[in-house]
Amino acid sequence: MTAPVLYLDGVSVVFDGFRALNSLSLIVEPGELRAVIGPNGAGKTTMMDVITGKTRPIAGEVRFRDHDLTRLDEAAIATLGIGRKFQKPTVFDALTVFENLELALKAPRGPVACLRWALSGEAARRIEAVLDETGLASRSQDRAAILSHGQRQWLEIGMLLMQDPELLLVDEPVAGMTDQETEHTAALLRRIAGGRSVVVVEHDLEFVRALGRRVTVLHEGSVLSEGSIDHVQNDPRVVEVYLGR
Amino acid sequence: MSATLASPAPPRAAAARNVLRWVLIGAVLLLALLPVLNRLPLDSALHVSDFVVSVTGKWITYAVLALAIDLAWGYAGILSLGHGAFFALGGYAIGMHLMRLIGPRGVYGHPTLPDFMVFLGYRELPWYWWGFDHFPFALLMALAVPGVLAAVVGFLAFRSRITGVYFSIITQALTYALMLAFFRNDMGFGGNNGFTDFKELLGMPLNTPNARAMLFYASLASLLGAYWLCTRVTRSKLGRVLVAVRDAESRVRFLGYDTTRIKLFVFVLSAVLAGLAGALYVPQVGIINPGEFSPGNSIEAVVWVAVGGRGTLVGAVLGAFSVNALKTWLTSVAPDLWLFALGGLFVAVTLFLPRGLIGLLRRREP
Ligand SMILES: Nc1ncnc2c1ncn2[C@@H]1O[C@H](COP(=O)(O)OP(=O)(O)OP(=O)(O)O)[C@@H](O)[C@H]1O
Ligand SMILES: [Mg+2]
Repeated sequence: MTAPVLYLDGVSVVFDGFRALNSLSLIVEPGELRAVIGPNGAGKTTMMDVITGKTRPIAGEVRFRDHDLTRLDEAAIATLGIGRKFQKPTVFDALTVFENLELALKAPRGPVACLRWALSGEAARRIEAVLDETGLASRSQDRAAILSHGQRQWLEIGMLLMQDPELLLVDEPVAGMTDQETEHTAALLRRIAGGRSVVVVEHDLEFVRALGRRVTVLHEGSVLSEGSIDHVQNDPRVVEVYLGR
Repeated sequence: MSATLASPAPPRAAAARNVLRWVLIGAVLLLALLPVLNRLPLDSALHVSDFVVSVTGKWITYAVLALAIDLAWGYAGILSLGHGAFFALGGYAIGMHLMRLIGPRGVYGHPTLPDFMVFLGYRELPWYWWGFDHFPFALLMALAVPGVLAAVVGFLAFRSRITGVYFSIITQALTYALMLAFFRNDMGFGGNNGFTDFKELLGMPLNTPNARAMLFYASLASLLGAYWLCTRVTRSKLGRVLVAVRDAESRVRFLGYDTTRIKLFVFVLSAVLAGLAGALYVPQVGIINPGEFSPGNSIEAVVWVAVGGRGTLVGAVLGAFSVNALKTWLTSVAPDLWLFALGGLFVAVTLFLPRGLIGLLRRREP
């Protein structure tokens, strides 16, 4: 038994009396690639908000290795080694692909350190490695504003990789992607997991099937079902609330 | 290393940038010539009047203020509508020094107390006036007081994630509150009359061609220094972080940057530059009063930057010069129209020229 990377137990979040998360529990092992699915409003994004410190739960335990995440702010949690890809791609349009990755690179982040920063050969090699991994090498000097939708998503995943996180949270990466882009993304995430844990939230079941790993189904803020894609697809409760609609 | 990796600019943009560089160097040389041309005989065709030298010197200090605003607003997206307060505080600090230098030459002839204190029945110099008889101390205060004030206001606002229009309103309120405070006689800053009747600075009698030239060159050197400092910031990784904060602050936070600290750094730097601008301004115009804190001044300075083109630095300088040239001309032909013109200019630029005058020359945003 290895210690889990991420441990959520009995987590509840309330917005104006509405329970967005209701005693949610989730355990993610080191190197695991986990898909999280669920209907709109199931609480998937809220779960990520809780892990990254954006939203505070009213009850429950949220641990990353031996850190209590409910006590840390967003910057501290990011520095611990949790990277997050948002639902809306948010790369920095005014900067080039290379500059986007450079900002994400692990390096001292204070204002003076940034002012004195000079790109070392080592850093440049790390950036180039991620450019290759994400298939963006040819776009390195283009401004992010002119990338295609799929490329923006990969750039954002690339930015997460630059930070060398232990846990990667990816929210709806393939929404709006072409089939080819979706395949590329599934392959990219499978490649990434292993060295680190990855949690992917997604609606697209073909994509989740392409990932081919353990699936957690959320509904009304708690876990409805968990297991292989075939298992959850055949779970009658899941069929009722999600797949059968 | 970074040079080899920097994006190769498209040829047209590079050419435009080269032209711009030479235009700038030419403009600086031309400015530097003004005090020299001022010394030519009056009947010389190239003679430049005292008025032109002192007005241009004043505009140069405005350009420093505009750079300060552009650094915070154009790059980091921090729209301060209270930079006039930092400018005025810098001006007051130097004004206090100039008052101390008047010495017994005041109307009341008191050896240490400025006239207004004698008039108000002060017995001795208030403690916060101590040290202002030394120029280095006064200069330090002209930079430090705006810096510390910006640090406090910025810390409270940025830490509470107050951004956008809310931050702008807070800074407007700040400069308004300071104006009311400085209007009060018991503050010890000369009430609504402020400071004036300065005699000398650094041993130079003011209001002489020599003093005018020296202050002019000090301002020009400060403008170049401030420009160098700002480009140093904006071309570093910090500059790219600022742009990122401007466009998507929460994303930057998730990348592990403490955006409060980043914004605080640039806001304080910006306030210090504004203080420097005020310190150069006051000896040249010969007066400082609470009117300098009026909220309209801060808004006007933001309009300079908007007109010139924010997020470009050069645009801020260009805007400060061109709007003030327009103002000087308009207030001489139709003084009542100025506020309408300023408002109209702002609307027109926002609607038709969102990247300002400089946007007409450049195609790529920072
Ligand atoms: N800041 C907030 N204030 C109030 N309600 C919120 C807030 N954030 C989320 N909610 C509500 O909480 C519920 C869960 O939202 P969440 O965004 O986590 O769902 P989701 O599973 O990510 O859905 P989707 O598939 O649409 O992305 C929704 O009903 C949403 O309206
Ligand atoms: Mg969501």
